[in-house]
Order: sequence, then structure tokens, then C-alpha cells
Amino acid sequence: MTKRVVVVLVTGLLAACGSSSASGLSTPQTDVTVFAAASLQPAFDKIGARLLTTKRFKTTFSYAGTQTLTSQLTQGAQADVFASADKEHMNTLLDAGLVAAPLAVFATNKLEIAVARGNPKGIHTLTDLARPGLVVVLADPSVPAGKYAQQALRNARVTVKPASLELQVTGVLSKVALGEADAGIVYVSDIVTSGKVDGVSIPDDENVTAVYPIAPLKSATNPAGAKAFIDLVLSTDGQAILKAAGFQGV
Amino acid sequence: MTQLRVPAALVALAGLGLLFFLLPLAGLIVRAPWNQAAASIGSAETVTALELSFFCSVTATAIALVLGIPLALVLSRTSGTLRSVLRALTTLPMVLPPVVGGVALLLAFGRTGLVGSFLYQGFGIQIPFTTAAAVMAETFVAMPFLVIAVEGGMRSLDPRYEEAARALGARGWMVFARVTLPLLRPAIFSGAVLCWARALGEFGATITFAGNFPGRTQTVPIAVYIALETHPDSAILLSLVLLAVSVAILVAMRDRWLGAP
Amino acid sequence: MTLNARIKIQRDGFELDVQLDVDEGETVAVLGPNGAGKTTLLRALSGLIPIVGRVELAGEVLEDSETRVRVPTERRHVGLVFQDHVLFPHLTVLDNIAFGLQAQHRADARHVARDWLQRAGLEDKATSMPRELSGGQAQRVALLRTLATEPRLLLLDEPLSALDVTIRAEVRRELSRQLASFRGVRLLVTHDPLEAIALADRIVVLERGHVVQSGTPEEVTARPRSRFVADLAGVNLLRGKAHGDHIKLANGASVAAPEAGEGDVFAVIHPRAVSLFLMRPEGTPRNVWQGETENVDLHGERVRVRVNGPVPLVAEVTPSAVRELHLHAGAPVWIAVKATEISVYPA
Repeated sequence: MTKRVVVVLVTGLLAACGSSSASGLSTPQTDVTVFAAASLQPAFDKIGARLLTTKRFKTTFSYAGTQTLTSQLTQGAQADVFASADKEHMNTLLDAGLVAAPLAVFATNKLEIAVARGNPKGIHTLTDLARPGLVVVLADPSVPAGKYAQQALRNARVTVKPASLELQVTGVLSKVALGEADAGIVYVSDIVTSGKVDGVSIPDDENVTAVYPIAPLKSATNPAGAKAFIDLVLSTDGQAILKAAGFQGV
Repeated sequence: MTQLRVPAALVALAGLGLLFFLLPLAGLIVRAPWNQAAASIGSAETVTALELSFFCSVTATAIALVLGIPLALVLSRTSGTLRSVLRALTTLPMVLPPVVGGVALLLAFGRTGLVGSFLYQGFGIQIPFTTAAAVMAETFVAMPFLVIAVEGGMRSLDPRYEEAARALGARGWMVFARVTLPLLRPAIFSGAVLCWARALGEFGATITFAGNFPGRTQTVPIAVYIALETHPDSAILLSLVLLAVSVAILVAMRDRWLGAP
Repeated sequence: MTLNARIKIQRDGFELDVQLDVDEGETVAVLGPNGAGKTTLLRALSGLIPIVGRVELAGEVLEDSETRVRVPTERRHVGLVFQDHVLFPHLTVLDNIAFGLQAQHRADARHVARDWLQRAGLEDKATSMPRELSGGQAQRVALLRTLATEPRLLLLDEPLSALDVTIRAEVRRELSRQLASFRGVRLLVTHDPLEAIALADRIVVLERGHVVQSGTPEEVTARPRSRFVADLAGVNLLRGKAHGDHIKLANGASVAAPEAGEGDVFAVIHPRAVSLFLMRPEGTPRNVWQGETENVDLHGERVRVRVNGPVPLVAEVTPSAVRELHLHAGAPVWIAVKATEISVYPA
């Protein structure tokens, strides 16, 4: 009886290991794994659908804060493509020898202030964010969007006391959308694809341009798929999707 | 040394289980940058996060005791469908993913929430992003542990003690305070320890409902998460500090309160 | 001060239907086999179980199902002593005894408790915890705890059953003393006839939820009305229909008994009046039957032999008689009983 139990347990363990798609042991070569910054989700989902119809590659996405993805990749997570929200994190992977040049910058993004529909609190500038009694939410400085937001505020010479430092820029957006925060600093693309919040633009001399590099990973299990995905992103079609989502081109 | 009367196969499995717990802890201890320990542990951020974590978890446990013990009492005295429904409700936070719990708390106590909107529009009170919110999030996920432990204790209590007290003329409150509660002490303490430990480690509900801000809502688990990506070494040290203090408290509690009735 | 109780309870297929009247100064023992409903009765009188009926104590209605009156346990001023003391394990002996007095908001609770302990000779145990006491001490403390509150009605649930046989006698003596000086109504329940006979002025026999007999210990044992009491009294009990000079049992057998009267009767035959023979005896006994020995039990210097047959009986003989007749389980034997040794009374 005990022997049978042990056999079942061991078989189960092996099966569990084997079914992990990230390990690539039994993944068919039509699957592509993409790690991408959270703000890229709406655009990349569409690009992934496009890739399926044109090149028959099925894309699996893992969206999170760029810093989280970087950390995961350095710890050994498996992916074919990495799309970062800033150059610094991509450089980290470059230094760690996980990605190889050439890196391609596929999009840029600017910051925008997210407010509730109809802008009930009448926020028009970054300086307005320092108004007492206003609940402002930013991304944590360890996240690219948070870092950029701090920069923009410095450019405008404004000191803001945020109620929370979210771990993902999408967290900032949802807090504003839910009505819990009066304002937050997010990407232009976030406001375009959200549809639930209004945006207040930040003048160019205060704003910060986020640069999005993309690269295939050296340990990719599907290099062909990786290349196909990146090519699509850089192609006219891909760029059109990104523009529609609020990103600015290269 | 007493002889272990356990079948060999079970001992082997137990050993595996133990190893499973020990290896991560060992990894933490071995990989810690001990030479930086003093500087890191003494840093303002670390101390702040620790203070906040302990304040929130202890407050959450206190609330759980005040609300949870009566709840457990009621639970233990009901039966049938009512009991099943109450049981399901009180243990729901245990099975709910913490982030979902956080979202639920927002929908109830946020500015546009069920109760929160009254508080906000009527009194200008906003709960999310405050330390109170962090305490609430921790109470929400940890209280069920206390309720379950105390309810179990109540059910295994000989009902004749309370009957004897009543026969001697003691009214409801005196029976509860002088007979029931003292006899429940082991259950209450083991429940409180579990509750406190769970509250201390809470992450998902806290970050969703209370957000993240150093000194106000950045508890140690959140601080560790952020540090892990930017300064992994301080993350490890912070984790170790929390681990060490927790173990010390658990050991102290165990000796004192889980022994005598 | 009297207790008048008319109690009916029905739960889980068990029915209790009892009418009980007890006067102050009278100790009544409710005697019955396990499962008869004795503890249920006490719990009902304490107010722990709702009843259909009426309970009145010292003129106050404690419960009346018709007028929906129900005084909760804590206000009945009824003392209940449990079978296995149920002392509060987390309180000292002194605090246990003081508990009821503190419930009465007595400022001198501990002082009075100490007095009780002193009078019982247990003062040195004041600071002990219940688990440090012997069985007998714990039971005595439990009694003191209840007596200290000076209840109007004292209910004792099998007060000696949980005790070692060796200390039972000593505790019984003390209990007797305490009961005698207790001013109020006293009711105890037990399955031990010795306890009942030793402590009670009146015995009420309870079987399967109903009272089958009530009277002084002597009355009850002399004229048992149930197998249970007969067994306790150690006599043979028969039940049948009397027709003048004989009684017809349910199974058709006939027992000769002079002046048996008419109608339903009980017949008591003491085992000493039953004689055993290897062969059918020829002589004066009118009642002679053949039977088979079921078992042979030694009781000190006497042997009790149970015989099956048309009239199953227990005979009491000497050990030498057993040897002579080679009596053992399964051995065939003849029984004889003198008709004059049979005591008959109406059922």
C-alpha cells in the first residue's frame, strides 16, 4: 500500500514538472512567451492576436511592473521576448548577459495626469496636484512610470504627498478609475486604452519621454517566434496598433 | 529519548516535509550579507517598516479578539443551516485570494464604496491609503483563524461547567467572564498567535486596499517586495529580521500559554 | 417549604413522566437503573431542560408550561451537585466555594467560604487546585460549594457513584450529616440501592421515565413492584393473576399461594425459601417444578443459584449443598417452594 502511494506521488511530481510550459520540455514550437511592461497590455494583446492570424504563433504574455519582470528574468524565468518600459532595466539584462544586441526601441510614451471623468476636482496642471486635501496616487519610484513621474514633478518644481506608491502603473490607473484617488500620473497610452478616466496633458517642457526597448532573450526556446513577434511590433501594422493605443512612434 | 512509534514510510514523508520548510530558511540565512547587516537593519526605512508591521498586526489581533471571541461564541451555540451559513461567512476570508479581499474592502469602505461613500460624503472620512486601512486589511484576512480556533475550543468545552456556574446563581456575564473565558484560554491564545502571524505576513489585501507608503502603509512584506527588485540584499536582511523576531515571539508564547489549561 | 413537581419531557424517543412531592426535612432518593431518566429529572428541576408541566417550590412557581412561566436556572436558587464534582479547574478550592456567594454579590464571600471549609475539616486545601484533590475530597468540596449558597432545593446526582468503593462509606456518612443539617428540600438520585437506603427517608423508584413505586426503604424492599427493585432487594418477584388460592403466571404456570385474593398481583419469594432437589420431591410443598440450573454465584458464605423453568427462581443454598448436588450451569434440578413462604400483594 505504501509503495503504491510513493509511486503515485513521484509520478504526479514528474507530471507537474513536465506540464510547465515555461520549461519548454513539451511546448510546441508555435508558442511565444513575452514578458512586457504592464502599460503595454492593451496594445500587445492586439499584436499577439495579429501574430496568430498572420504567422500562426500563439503568444503568451506576462504583464507586470518592469522591475518585477527584470527581477524574475534574472532569477531564471523563461521567456522569448522582453519589452521594457525604460532603458535602465533592459541594460540590467544586457549586463547580465540575458539579452543580446541589437535592442530595438519600438515605442515612446509620455506622461499624463489621470483624473475622474469630467475632472470634478478641476485639475489642470502638475502644480494643482500639490493642492491640500487632494488624494494623489503615483507609481513607486522603483517602477519606470514612478521614476518618470518623480522626474516630471521635479521639472515642474512641485512637491506632492502621494497617498500611495503603487507597484504597477496600472494600479495607479485603477485607483483613479475606482474613484479612490483624485488624480494619478500615468502614461498617455494608459488613459487612451482605459476609457474610464479623463486625462490632463502635461506640457512638453515638464514631461518625460519613456523609451520602450524590446529584445529577444538569449535563452529563448522559440527564437523564430521571438523574431516574428519583434518584427511585427516594429512593422507598420504593429506601430499602427501602438499608436491607436496612445503610444508615440519612434 | 522516547521511541518514535511511527511507520518508517510516514517518518520519511515527515522528513521531506520538514526539509521543505527548512531549506528556504537555510537559504535565507546562508545567502544573507551579514557584513552589511548592522547598517541595513538599523536603517530608517527598515525600522519604520518593522514598527508599522508590528503596530498593525498587533492592532489587528486585538480587534480580532474583541470581535472574534463573541463571534465564535455565537457560532458554537448555533446549529443547522444558520450555523453553516455563519461558518461559511466567517471563514470566507481564509479561502479568498488576499487581493480579492482587498478589492472587496475597497468596494465596501472606499470613497465610492457601500459604507465608505456615507463616511466620505457625510464626514469627509477616507479610509483607503491610511494605516487604519492596513489594519482593516490584516484583520479581514486574519480574524477567521482566531474564530475557528476559539469556536473549536468552545465546542470541546464541557457544557457542565457553565451549567454548574448557572446553578450556583451566576448570570450570563459572570458565567462568561469567570468560567467560559478562563477555560478557553489555550484556544484563545493559539488562535491569537495564528491570527497575529497571518496579519504580519499579509500583502495582497494590504497593498490593494491600503496602498503603499513608507511609514503609513508600507509593512514589511511590501517593503521586502520592493527591495527585492532594487536592493536584494536589504530584502534578505529585512526578511531575516522579521523571521527572527517572529520566531522569538512564537517560542515565548508557546511555552507560556499552550501548556496548562 | 415543599417541592411540587409534575414533569413531562419527551426527547429522542425517551419519555419522562413524573409527579413528585417532597417536604422540607425529608430526603427523597429517586432510585432507578441507568437510563431511567434520573439525571434528566434533576436537570429539569434545575431549569436546564424545558418541561411540559409545573414545578413549584416553596410557593413560588418555577416553571409552568401552561402559563409560560419559566424561571431561568440562575434565579431558581436550586443547588445541583454533579456526579463527578465538576469543580472549576482553573479556580482554587476556596474560590470554587466562594463562587456562588460572589454571584450573590456577597462582600464576605471568601470569608464565608473559608468557614464552610473549616467546618468540613478541609481548611488546609483552601489554596489547592481541584486536580490536586482526591476523588472523595473533590466530591465533598462540590457539596460545600453548593451548600454555601444556601439553596432552597438541594439536588444530588449520584453523589457517591464516582467514588472508590473504599471511601464511599466515609463520604456517605459525612453526606448524611450534611443532609441532616440542611434546611430545605433534599432530593438525590442514584442507581445504588445502598446509597438510597442509607441516605433517604423515602424512595421513589423510577424506571424508563415513570415512577413505579414510592415509599420508605423498608416498604419498597419488602414489597417490590419491579424486577429492578426486587433484584436490589435480592428477592424473587413474580407477577400474575390471582384466583383465590393460586396465581396464574403469564406463561401459564400456576403457583399455589393461600389467600392470594383476586386480580393482578405481585408475589415475592425469598431465595431462602426455595429448596433444590436432584429428584422430584415428595412432601408438603405444593409448588414443585423441574428446571435447569442457569448459573451458580458465591456470595460470601451463601450461594445463589439461578434456575430456569416454568417458574424461574433464584435459590439461596450453602456451598456444601452445591457440592452434594453437583450443581453447575446446565444441570437439571427440581425446585420446591412452600406456599406459605409466598407473600402476595396487589399489583
